[in-house]
Amino acid sequence: MTGFQEYFGETHNMVRQTAKKFVEREILPFVDEWEEQGGFPRDLYKKAGDAGILGIGYPEAYGGSGGDIFVKIACSEELMRCGSAGVAAGLGSLDISIPPILALGTEDQKQKFVPPVLKGDKISALGVTEPNAGSDVANIRTKAVRSDGHYLVNGSKMFITSGARANQLSCAVRTGGEGHQGISFLVIESDTPGYSVSEKLKKMGWWASDTAQIFFDDCKVPVANLLGREGQGFYGIMQNFQSERLQLSVMANMTARMALEESMKYAREREAFGKTLTGFQVTRHKLVDMATLVEASHEFVYRVAAKIDAGMDQVKEISMAKNFACEVSDKVTYDAVQIHGGFGYMREYLVERLYRDNRILSIGGGTQEIMKEIISKFILT
Amino acid sequence: MNIIVCLKQVPDTETQIKVASDSKSIVTDDVKWVMNPYDEFGVEEALRLKEKFGGEVTVVGLGPKRVTESIRTALAMGADKGILISDDALEGSDSLAVAKALAAAIKELEYDLIFTGQRGVDDDLGIVGAACAELLGIPQMSIIVKVEVAEDGKTVKVTRPVEGENLVIESSLPALITTQKGLNEPRYASLPGIMKAKKKPLEEKTLSDLGLDAAGFGEGGRKMKIVELTPPPARAAGKIVEGETPQEKAAELAKLLHDEAKVI
Ligand SMILES: Cc1cc2nc3c(=O)[nH]c(=O)nc-3n(C[C@H](O)[C@H](O)[C@H](O)COP(=O)(O)OP(=O)(O)OC[C@H]3O[C@@H](n4cnc5c(N)ncnc54)[C@H](O)[C@@H]3O)c2cc1C
Ligand SMILES: Cc1cc2nc3c(=O)[nH]c(=O)nc-3n(C[C@H](O)[C@H](O)[C@H](O)COP(=O)(O)OP(=O)(O)OC[C@H]3O[C@@H](n4cnc5c(N)ncnc54)[C@H](O)[C@@H]3O)c2cc1C
Repeated sequence: MTGFQEYFGETHNMVRQTAKKFVEREILPFVDEWEEQGGFPRDLYKKAGDAGILGIGYPEAYGGSGGDIFVKIACSEELMRCGSAGVAAGLGSLDISIPPILALGTEDQKQKFVPPVLKGDKISALGVTEPNAGSDVANIRTKAVRSDGHYLVNGSKMFITSGARANQLSCAVRTGGEGHQGISFLVIESDTPGYSVSEKLKKMGWWASDTAQIFFDDCKVPVANLLGREGQGFYGIMQNFQSERLQLSVMANMTARMALEESMKYAREREAFGKTLTGFQVTRHKLVDMATLVEASHEFVYRVAAKIDAGMDQVKEISMAKNFACEVSDKVTYDAVQIHGGFGYMREYLVERLYRDNRILSIGGGTQEIMKEIISKFILT
Repeated sequence: MNIIVCLKQVPDTETQIKVASDSKSIVTDDVKWVMNPYDEFGVEEALRLKEKFGGEVTVVGLGPKRVTESIRTALAMGADKGILISDDALEGSDSLAVAKALAAAIKELEYDLIFTGQRGVDDDLGIVGAACAELLGIPQMSIIVKVEVAEDGKTVKVTRPVEGENLVIESSLPALITTQKGLNEPRYASLPGIMKAKKKPLEEKTLSDLGLDAAGFGEGGRKMKIVELTPPPARAAGKIVEGETPQEKAAELAKLLHDEAKVI
């Protein structure tokens, strides 16, 4: 077929195949157990590192595998196919914590902190949110005071994905005065004296991902772990936004797609009043609406991704795409449970998990309201 | 040590197979094509032997253009070069014709070992490996789960599971081995491997390139004809074994297994 440009070509299909095989072999046989246990084994990072999956999208100079944005998307889509966004989020915590290092770090810092994570030997997390500052990032209070070649860090970080067992935290701290100019980024290693971690936080969804609070009590971090200059932290946080929002959009799209697929399968088999659910026009139309939204959201996100890949600034568009994808997955997962009736409320059915896992997507990586604040600045000023 | 791996592309095992209106073929529109899983074992084993003994791994595939993607996957795993036998006249060929074309392509190469899958997961025939070995006049060892090549690279010792026991066979080289599940755990094609694979040689050959007459191939050349394809019967409803006591239930179950299921 010619006349239009596909986003995915042979390379992408081959990567997709690799990720799919990885999911079938290493995740699917165990995923229900991991969900109930509330975690997956640490060696999954190593396996994903060995398969080259963690390195996708990162420079080969730091142990990455390279690849354009659609290679990353193909891989993320297949990882989501394991049916546990928690596993995907846990494996993916490096995707929010490594970019600030690459954006701000020196060559030495990159060589020290990136390759072990892409290999799966170490786990990396991002620490921005605090108990009293989430959306209002510029208001973080974790303080880092410089003395004798160290920063003494005091404070805490909240809701940290992979926080319970991360080896290193790309962490936003306050080194200066009020506001975003006073924020800096430190890489804090978990074996630093004064670093401690809460129990895993109990969550609505993402059960297989460990989320924790991290405490710093006179935590002594070498000055060599400062990324960029003091005061550049906010820039490091911003660096992440486009790619994090894209990742979350892809997660939302896959959540919706799987919910749709499960619903179609179920509606074809389940009988009520002497026919299958697809025998009711109201169900057929519901499925059509779901399919239409899923299709539109995929196309929107791919289009924005293509522009990001071409180097275009897409802050407004990716914020729109994230909100759109999340609203679609809110609706589609709701309807999917509805179509499943009482069974949709049961853990044996995938839609039950998709419904719970979905809820975080319009909160993490910038809430729906914050997205709207960003978009309104673009279109109204 | 030079090793050849024969590769077939088959529908992904997740694909919903639908019988076409002619009742003799399947609908291929929505099919996702992948490397035959048994061939993946062959690629992996070949790569391990190459890592130990050196030499080259050549992948030989047969089929339409889309098979290139599976050959590239094998190259991405680490194979050195690929050959695709592709010719419109091959469309509809049976296993013997396929083996004939593969053997013709392989004859032109230097090799110590050939791997094929013990069967393709699509037709489940298991003919190509044996026929290929016969046409090349080399020994064939089928359904193998362990391969040990002697240090001097001149002989091979293989293991085939038979009824819970192991049959160990030794052969001179060159020889052909058909792979069975359990032989190894195939490596993943990583992205850097995929990028490198783009630059590896992949040659395309027609029947005439191989000095073969198209007449013996395709539908017309079939020695084996498909009469009809039918989907497996829909699964019947299960049966709940009735009985007052466990003893009664067990007796009833044994009776059903004997009289109805006829398995004991
Ligand atoms: C499972 C999970 C994993 C997470 N992982 C990480 C992680 O790895 N690293 C990390 O740093 N953080 C992480 N977070 C934190 C996440 O980024 C924050 O929860 C998110 O940014 C929202 O912040 P908050 O929870 O403090 O909510 P708040 O900021 O308190 O917001 C509460 C409500 O007020 C609304 N609101 C706030 N400001 C405005 C405004 N100006 N206008 C209109 N409405 C407004 C919000 O939209 C929201 O609806 C995670 C959270 C969860 C639940
Ligand atoms: C936590 C929980 C507690 C429960 N407790 C009890 C209990 O104590 N006692 C008890 O008896 N039951 C109980 N139930 C069962 C509950 O009442 C049923 O789940 C409910 O009636 C729906 O039936 P169903 O699950 O078989 O879904 P289905 O009837 O199979 O419906 C599946 C989907 O098809 C739709 N549908 C069905 N027919 C039509 C139609 N004609 N036109 C359009 N759409 C249609 C439904 O609206 C739904 O969206 C409970 C269920 C749950 C989850």
